[in-house]
Amino acid sequence: MKTSVFIGALTVAGLSAGVAAAGTLDDVKARDMLNCGVTTGVPGFAEPDANGEWQGFDVAVCRAVAAAVLGDSTKVQFVPTTGKTRFTALASGEIDMLARNTTWTFSRDVDLKFEFIGINYYDGQGFMVPSALGVSSAKDLDGATVCIQTGTTTELNLADFFRANNISYEPVPIETGAEAVQQYLAGACDVYTTDASALAAQRANFETPGDHVLLPEIVSKEPLGPLVRHGDNEWGDVVRWTLNALITAEELGVTSENAEELAGGTDNPEVNRLLGTEGTLGEMLGLDAEWAKRAIMTGGNYGEIFSTNIGEETPIGLARGLNAQWTDGGLIYSPPFR
Amino acid sequence: MSDTHAQTVAFVRHTEIPPAPPPPGQTGAVKWMRENLFSGPFNTIMTLLGVYIVYTLVVGIFPWIANGVWGVDNIRECREITQGNGGACFAVIEQRWQQLLFGFEYPSSEYWRPTFAFVLLFVAVAPVLFLNLPRIMLAFTGIYPFLAYFLIWGGTILIPITALLGFVVGYFAFRRLERNSFAAGLFGAVAAALITWWVTGFLVQAAPNFLALPEVASRNMGGFMLNMILGTVCVSLSLPIGIALALGRQSHMPIIKWICVIFIEFIRGVPLITLLFVANVVLAYFFPPETSLDLILRVIIMITMFSSAYIAEVIRGGLAALPRGQYEAADSLGLDYAQATRLIIMPQALKISIPGIVNVAVGLFKDTTLVSVISMFDLVGMIRGPILSSTDWAGVYWELWAFASVLFFVVCYGISQYSQWLERKLQTGHR
Repeated sequence: MKTSVFIGALTVAGLSAGVAAAGTLDDVKARDMLNCGVTTGVPGFAEPDANGEWQGFDVAVCRAVAAAVLGDSTKVQFVPTTGKTRFTALASGEIDMLARNTTWTFSRDVDLKFEFIGINYYDGQGFMVPSALGVSSAKDLDGATVCIQTGTTTELNLADFFRANNISYEPVPIETGAEAVQQYLAGACDVYTTDASALAAQRANFETPGDHVLLPEIVSKEPLGPLVRHGDNEWGDVVRWTLNALITAEELGVTSENAEELAGGTDNPEVNRLLGTEGTLGEMLGLDAEWAKRAIMTGGNYGEIFSTNIGEETPIGLARGLNAQWTDGGLIYSPPFR
Repeated sequence: MSDTHAQTVAFVRHTEIPPAPPPPGQTGAVKWMRENLFSGPFNTIMTLLGVYIVYTLVVGIFPWIANGVWGVDNIRECREITQGNGGACFAVIEQRWQQLLFGFEYPSSEYWRPTFAFVLLFVAVAPVLFLNLPRIMLAFTGIYPFLAYFLIWGGTILIPITALLGFVVGYFAFRRLERNSFAAGLFGAVAAALITWWVTGFLVQAAPNFLALPEVASRNMGGFMLNMILGTVCVSLSLPIGIALALGRQSHMPIIKWICVIFIEFIRGVPLITLLFVANVVLAYFFPPETSLDLILRVIIMITMFSSAYIAEVIRGGLAALPRGQYEAADSLGLDYAQATRLIIMPQALKISIPGIVNVAVGLFKDTTLVSVISMFDLVGMIRGPILSSTDWAGVYWELWAFASVLFFVVCYGISQYSQWLERKLQTGHR
């Protein structure tokens, strides 16, 4: 029974495959479920809790999109991907969007045919060394063994940095972040390098965080953001403006608590346009008027999401830094809702 | 005769002298130790070295277990309690054991279902493993795969029932048509089964909630349950396929022979991890987005292909070990190929192959952990991914891996003990 249905569906879908490539938004609505690619686990960014619920900074973006499109933030199918499987999963259509702290680079955008819809975290690659090593600059690391995650931009940045400074190193390639930390703590390498946010988060969980220092050099720009497939701009717009809605909400002071109240109408026309009491922004996206309100009420605005998942009150303990709003001297900046 | 010397000696002892106790150094524990532990300078050094190693291990591990911390919520609280006294943080297992066993997305209210299926698994395999059990239990073995599917995946009971019905109809069609020819029976059976499934498919669509358990999608399977599912299904599927391949490789029909040879050699020449990547990543390109074949099914197909190639080679070894006379004896009795294989060749070849088959089965069961690389959350995947990278438990390694090792050891040791028992039972030679 199953086989015949499957083969039949295969034939039909095979015939219509060319046509069905566009229209992810319609697919998601028809399925009533958003397939969102996440990591297999990065503390604070995406991790299932003891009840099996996905939590985290990247996860919140998925939930916001689901709330905006489907009206229910729980209608997300989280598809865990590794550094190696993430791009094929997106390209093959297994997932609708990828929110997996992925660095926006030229070749991923252009050559791999993806569309980064924005940046939700500005990161940079840093180095962590045991303070017993007595190193104060990454340029002193000549001949060091370096633990590094394979299949990531950090691997390439590392090679670039050491070549540019004409010093040598020995890479110790490792599959996941958790294993890299274990190897580093076990002394398999002198240096552990990855995004500075992850370094800080992982150091906070060490038994003796004081024995390890982060070197001052940040050797790369790592703008992390969600991405979708090339060629489906309607869907790309939906995801892009959902993220922008979260950012704008923080800028305008709209939070998960007061969104309901502000939706009753305010004096600020941009808040009104954002929350759908004025204008037809939702309609232009192919959604209803309250899409952004639902997205904001899911996990709060950008600032709330940041502070509940990775902010200074959490064990991860990241400062806003570059990820503060542009009004506070950071880089987080959304185009206007107009 | 007895009284020849009766008068010539003054004293004749009538009872045996009680044996004197052996010298102190030649008895009991002292003797055993001298013979086994200190029988020369080299052995003495090795003994002392061994004692020292055991002592260090115990001294190292004992505080780890004795000071183990239970009942806290995260690794930071754990460290507050241990304060560097070397205690383990077993709280992670206490808090996440359901996730380790069932994966983090299997609904917790439904845990009884895989557990029940696991218990029934023993009932189902018992008549296969122990031949002195009543043969009627084999009927349950036949039903078990469908029952287990219903329990673990849920959905309407009509799906497994109609699937079973298709097989039953196919079987009877085969019996009816087999008298004409084997090929007619085979094709007739396939056609009958397909027709049954096609017809009953409408029934399932009409009543999708008939006696239904809440449905659990394949991607929500995880933990040790996933290893058990993959291990059990793949071993039980790869045995018959492996036998068929081994026989096919020895066949005199060139096409069948070459298909089998190419299949076996190709699969054995490719690492399992490559096949898994193909299953996960590459196949997705060939299927349209909405009709992708279930991931577990894809993985089961790949692992089964892999292990059946290995089992085929093991069984071919068993076939090659049989003396030529056995084949000729079967021919001279007037048995046809199927009868000779079933009654004479295979029982002997399989007996020879038992250690090899068990070796492949144990290896395969452990290889199921490789699926963690393609982001499936089996036991190893759960540890590597969600638990080790959660904010609460990042940094707890030994406790989790020890737990995983214990689970795998219990199963693999059990399989190996069974195979040794079976070998002793089937031992008919006089060696």
